[in-house]
Amino acid sequence: MRKWRWDRFFEAFPYIWDGLRVTIEFTVLGSLVAYLLGLIFAIVRGLRIPVVDQLLWAFIEFVRGTPLLVQIFVLYWIVRPDLLGGLEVETQRFIVGVTALGVHYACYTSEVYRAGIEAVPAAQWEAATALSLPRRRVWTDVILPQAIPRVLPALGNYTIAMFKEVPLLSAIVVLDMVYQVKTVYAGSAGGAGPEAWFAVGLTFLALSYPCSILVRKVQRRVGVL
Amino acid sequence: MSANISTYLDRILAGLPATLWATVGGIALTVVLSFLAGTALLSPRLPVRALSRVYVEGFRGSSEVVQLFFFAVAVPIFFGVAIGATAQGLLLIGILVLGLNHGAYGAEIVRGAVQSVPKGQLEAAVALNLTPRQRLWRVVLPQAVVEMLPSFNTLFIQLVKATALLSFIAVPEIFKKADELRAVPEFSRELGVIYLLELVIYLLIAVAVTVIMRWLEKVAARRAGRTPSNRRRPVGAVL
Repeated sequence: MRKWRWDRFFEAFPYIWDGLRVTIEFTVLGSLVAYLLGLIFAIVRGLRIPVVDQLLWAFIEFVRGTPLLVQIFVLYWIVRPDLLGGLEVETQRFIVGVTALGVHYACYTSEVYRAGIEAVPAAQWEAATALSLPRRRVWTDVILPQAIPRVLPALGNYTIAMFKEVPLLSAIVVLDMVYQVKTVYAGSAGGAGPEAWFAVGLTFLALSYPCSILVRKVQRRVGVL
Repeated sequence: MSANISTYLDRILAGLPATLWATVGGIALTVVLSFLAGTALLSPRLPVRALSRVYVEGFRGSSEVVQLFFFAVAVPIFFGVAIGATAQGLLLIGILVLGLNHGAYGAEIVRGAVQSVPKGQLEAAVALNLTPRQRLWRVVLPQAVVEMLPSFNTLFIQLVKATALLSFIAVPEIFKKADELRAVPEFSRELGVIYLLELVIYLLIAVAVTVIMRWLEKVAARRAGRTPSNRRRPVGAVL
């Protein structure tokens, strides 16, 4: 058995630090896309437009049932050359990364929103109708203000999950924590050993664990969904 | 479509055994670890509870990709075996990581399900003078398992999708195989077809898992003396 070397553990942190900013950036932007797009999906599905409803359902199930890694590659190798060919390569990777994470998780969050919207008591709809509020105001003033606070903890959970999935983007040369340690660090110091990977794992844990405790606390306060 | 489609399918399907092994092995290890860690989370002894808590939070809180790299690098060094030298060895490491990671999620499913068994059931079992073991096997678990199965279904589908990550440590599974096709210039123009085939295969595996789990749900519900709940989509009539 080889000896564990703590010096190599500490050597990894400058590289981790460089990647951490990128990892967080993708998590935050991906989450924003997922929150917004998920809400749009949920509302569109709530309208029950024939054909559109079924197509959207099929799309959501398809995205949820297939690996994110493959979706990233589809966007990167098939969609990107046609749509983003003119942009700088860095920008292309950025757009692909945020889109892949955002769309993937939007398919999950849309179901969360749906459950939240359905949990709003029917009497609220009836009251809104009785007051003859226009359709748009029913959503913005009555339904969503009641549905969204309740789903926030569940959305938070998906952000934490996304944070832990950003490393998949290292496969398309996004300079996140994993890419830094795998490639940059391995090329400079004597390779990335288990110590370096342990350090990356701990960094993920140190950030995601407090967040999930926080989410659990909020969940208890607003009532579970 | 394309003329090369059977070539693509042949190449991709060469990776199918590795993907299926990873799925089946990963699920088996997940189930074992879920029950071990899940019941340990409910143990009256603090050290046991603490240990399983550390395992559960450690694997849920860090990234699966990182765990994969950690084990792929660490296992050969620590155990002094060149396990990463062969495809089988890499696959073994992959199964280990899939099982450890999803077992940590499964532990919470098991804990939640056991806790959701009504307290009266346990009191009745005590009143009937059943031994602690009988209480667990004959009263608590049969009811808890019914609760667990839908969540395990979701977890297993996550696991199926996670097998694609094994391409990171060069396990020759279907995603790795498809990715190799990208290197051939002649094929790289038809990536759309290649990836579509791939996605359909993952979807088929996921559907197969769901079909099996639904069947198990029915069996478990019947054995626990319940009629299986028919899961309708919730009707939001007002929307």
